[in-house]
Amino acid sequence: MYSFFAVARRFLLCCLLLAAPLARADLTVDIVGGGINRYPLAILPLTNEEWLPDAVTSTVKSDLAMTGMFNLLNVPATGAPLDASYWQQQGARAMVYGRVTRLDGGMLRVTFWADALAPREQKLAMEFDVHPSQLRDVAHRMADMVYEALLGGKSLFASRIAFVIQVGKEWRLQVADVDGRRAQTVLRSNEPIISPAWSNDGGRLAYVSFENKKPIIYVQDLSTGQRKVLANFKGSNSAPAWSPDGRRLAVVLTTSGNSQIYLLNADGSGLQRFSYSSAIDTEPVWSPDGRSIAFVSDRSGSPQLYVQPVDGSRNARRVTFQGSYNVSPSYSPDGRQLVYVQREAGRFKVMLLELASGDSRQLSTSAYDESPSFAPNGKMVLYASDQGGRSVLFAASVEHPGRVRLGVIEGEVQDAAWGPYNP
Amino acid sequence: MKVVPFIVTASVVLLSACASTPPAAPSDTMGGAAPVTAGNGTAGSGSELKPAQTLPEVDARAAEAAAFAGVNGKSVFFDFDQSSIRDADKATVQAHAGYLNKYKTKVLIQGNTDARGSREYNLALGQRRAESVKQGLEVLGVKPEQIEAVSLGKEKPRATGTTEQDYAENRRADFLYQ
Repeated sequence: MYSFFAVARRFLLCCLLLAAPLARADLTVDIVGGGINRYPLAILPLTNEEWLPDAVTSTVKSDLAMTGMFNLLNVPATGAPLDASYWQQQGARAMVYGRVTRLDGGMLRVTFWADALAPREQKLAMEFDVHPSQLRDVAHRMADMVYEALLGGKSLFASRIAFVIQVGKEWRLQVADVDGRRAQTVLRSNEPIISPAWSNDGGRLAYVSFENKKPIIYVQDLSTGQRKVLANFKGSNSAPAWSPDGRRLAVVLTTSGNSQIYLLNADGSGLQRFSYSSAIDTEPVWSPDGRSIAFVSDRSGSPQLYVQPVDGSRNARRVTFQGSYNVSPSYSPDGRQLVYVQREAGRFKVMLLELASGDSRQLSTSAYDESPSFAPNGKMVLYASDQGGRSVLFAASVEHPGRVRLGVIEGEVQDAAWGPYNP
Repeated sequence: MKVVPFIVTASVVLLSACASTPPAAPSDTMGGAAPVTAGNGTAGSGSELKPAQTLPEVDARAAEAAAFAGVNGKSVFFDFDQSSIRDADKATVQAHAGYLNKYKTKVLIQGNTDARGSREYNLALGQRRAESVKQGLEVLGVKPEQIEAVSLGKEKPRATGTTEQDYAENRRADFLYQ
């Protein structure tokens, strides 16, 4: 039991690290296309939940709805029958149910089950003893457990997202839960901040700040808040990307008189040039195996995606051939896909490229998408886009049509980056 | 928080996840760092008190101030997706080159773009514009050490509208004297 205790504590501390009391806005789930092949699921309200300061069931539901993998049945907030055959008749393949009980010392016990219905089989039974302030962490954990018990594979709520918002004349770099809630500002500035990039251990963010009249790359430790300059060479310094082992970064410098990709160590030492063209080479991202870097280059006359090995061979292979504007690549966790932004007829949309076949398909249906990135399980993509004249954050399933607008609070969302699994 | 898994599959996941983790002390405090505030620009006005000046020095300073007023705030504008200097803007580059050649000051050239497209690709396009101006200045005799070409991409638009006129206003390189 002791080891369970330890892992639970660790989990909660990670989350508490980022718990900031900001205004709330719930997810807007905008699923299109009927729910074909989505897992039909009835989530019953936890018994006694109406007395809790933070509702657990609604967070579990919005988390699972956000994944796009579930078709959540309509369940009334009160009077939902705890009756497997009833929910089976309603079309559910499984039901989630549970209760909250009060323990001594102000703690709460959250107990829940997930049962497959035909034939009836218990897939999950869990109990959490928590302080009331930890209910949101429990809800995300419940969502992960239900996802993994019913669908198999890894879920995604044990990760965080980073994004930049502009509020009036202030830019804020924020880190939040996957649903956009509990956002915490880690940097505020009166000048722009762009291109946040997570280190693979989730402990540091690299980003570009314009606070000194030009773009300079900083690295900031999220637990201490300490920041240091990573690259401040003559000219512009931008587009940081971490290597998977966290030891090196790819950056874009202009010391050659054009934007070119360079590699350097995480302490700023060991600079070496990576790309060699007389054109623009920018937006590098490392493949998950660390062997290649995908980037944007307009060496062919228009911005296209290329992949080049890190072994020093300088052998860049072009991977996009459709369209005259393909930018902002990001690798899937298995390294087989790239998401990127394509401009077509004045619209900017998120595309998904299968590297092996060269096939690509459109992931988003909006008009002004930017900075897509994969969830650490590879099943969702986060991106910023325009809605009603305002720039907001969306997450879209890779497998099912539809998108979810995240509950980001105020201002205009600019860049966004989905982080790795929490340490 | 205590977690009690009832079934084997869940406990295996938890066990494997916690093998090397020492138990942490419970804490009610927020472990996160306070937000950091980015520093303001360090470039000051540089004005210093000087000893009493002779008349020719005063004249020279007045002439320099007049020359500075002649070039200060004069920007170069670009066509869509272009970084070459238009004929109409060549006089502006020449005026800046004349000032820089005479007074040997340093200049920061900031390239800008309109609001359409990737932030980083726009940053690179803005850089291309700034480099284009830098090359023009160098051809006109300004020393490379006097010039730094940088880009603000689409991040600092002067015009915030979405008309073609606004976009044209933002496809621009500015000269910042230090």
